[in-house]
Amino acid sequence: MNKSKIKIATTSLAGCFGCHMSFLDMDERLAGLLEQVEFDRSPFTDIKHCGRCDIGLIEGGVCNAENVHVLREFRTHCKILVAMGACAINGGVPAMRNYFDLQDCLEEVYLRGTNVTHPRIPDDPELPLLLDKVYPVSEIVPVDYFLPGCPPSADAFLQLLQPLLIGQKPDIASIRLHYD
Amino acid sequence: MTTNDTIRIDDVEIPFTPGQTIMEAALAAGQYIPHLCHYPGLPPSGNCRLCVVETGNRSVAACTTPAMAGQQICSDTPELNEARKAITQMLFVEGNHICPSCEKTGNCKLQAIAYHLGMLDEHFPQFYQRREIDASHPDILLDRSRCILCDLCVRASRDVDQKNVFAIAGRGTDAHLIANSSSGKLADTSMAVTDLAARICPVGAILIKEQGYQVPIGQRIYDRQTIRETGLQEQIAKPPQE
Repeated sequence: MNKSKIKIATTSLAGCFGCHMSFLDMDERLAGLLEQVEFDRSPFTDIKHCGRCDIGLIEGGVCNAENVHVLREFRTHCKILVAMGACAINGGVPAMRNYFDLQDCLEEVYLRGTNVTHPRIPDDPELPLLLDKVYPVSEIVPVDYFLPGCPPSADAFLQLLQPLLIGQKPDIASIRLHYD
Repeated sequence: MTTNDTIRIDDVEIPFTPGQTIMEAALAAGQYIPHLCHYPGLPPSGNCRLCVVETGNRSVAACTTPAMAGQQICSDTPELNEARKAITQMLFVEGNHICPSCEKTGNCKLQAIAYHLGMLDEHFPQFYQRREIDASHPDILLDRSRCILCDLCVRASRDVDQKNVFAIAGRGTDAHLIANSSSGKLADTSMAVTDLAARICPVGAILIKEQGYQVPIGQRIYDRQTIRETGLQEQIAKPPQE
């Protein structure tokens, strides 16, 4: 195995996995990419914790305590951290809950919701507590690059990764931007 | 009236007629200056500040500053475009601009300006201000959380529709769009779906009901054109009484 492979870690926080699906939309180009990179912690691998990595790709905003822990682990271990997709950049559609009271949201779903048979808000300590609001990634840790889109296109992922793989700065703004 | 007066914008010689603003002269000559609250045919308002240009060591709004013979103006510079990007980011964080869930996406001037300026993130902390939605009108929805207070609807309703349906009320970050009826509801104004004020909103704040998501992705306004191109084409429909 080539020792000089670039290490990439990815995660989905308060994401929908759509950014990861869009990443996979690179299709056969993924085969070429895998000759240059290997994946560390990622939903694509079975690795439980992030080791030293060159690039971390973060999908999703930050909505609960576990998201904060995972995000900080990524920031500590990744040289370059990328907020990918609308959720990571500004909270995205999940951040629309920020216009409502958190307790009201929980009660609406677990106590007052239709077809609720055992009304009770889950309180097992195993479950991460929700934060008061959904936060953009950059309000928790410093971010090196932003890749907009909901989700970013496969071409946008290539525009980001190709320069990074050869140690150059990506010029994402030069591609056809979209936030939707 | 002399017509051989000229100003220079970014080293392009531009003719103007006395009384024209820098913006009016520039657009008439096909020279784009970014703007959101300017619309040809409506009096200038000067509140979005995107049209900031430099002349004589000062920054001025091109939409409210009269053109003067011999004026040397800088507009398309990296510094001014960075300032415009920061202003656009401020507009994004102040309201609810979650484009993936907005039916104006692809047809929105705020979004298109952000694309034009290469905005990748919103830089500033989000406000997440909750502002009242007014769905009282049978044909028109008012979502204040997306309003950028350009006051184009205020001017269009007052000067073109002759109805004076809207006003901006409140101070500072509490400033918001109100409907001029005793109940404060849009339904109790004389606003009609055919009014210019119903269609001039550059963002997703004033929407015609039951018209969302009708244009396929790829065929929306800013899928096909840049805001630079549409900004040079805009012409207001003449008021009916003229």
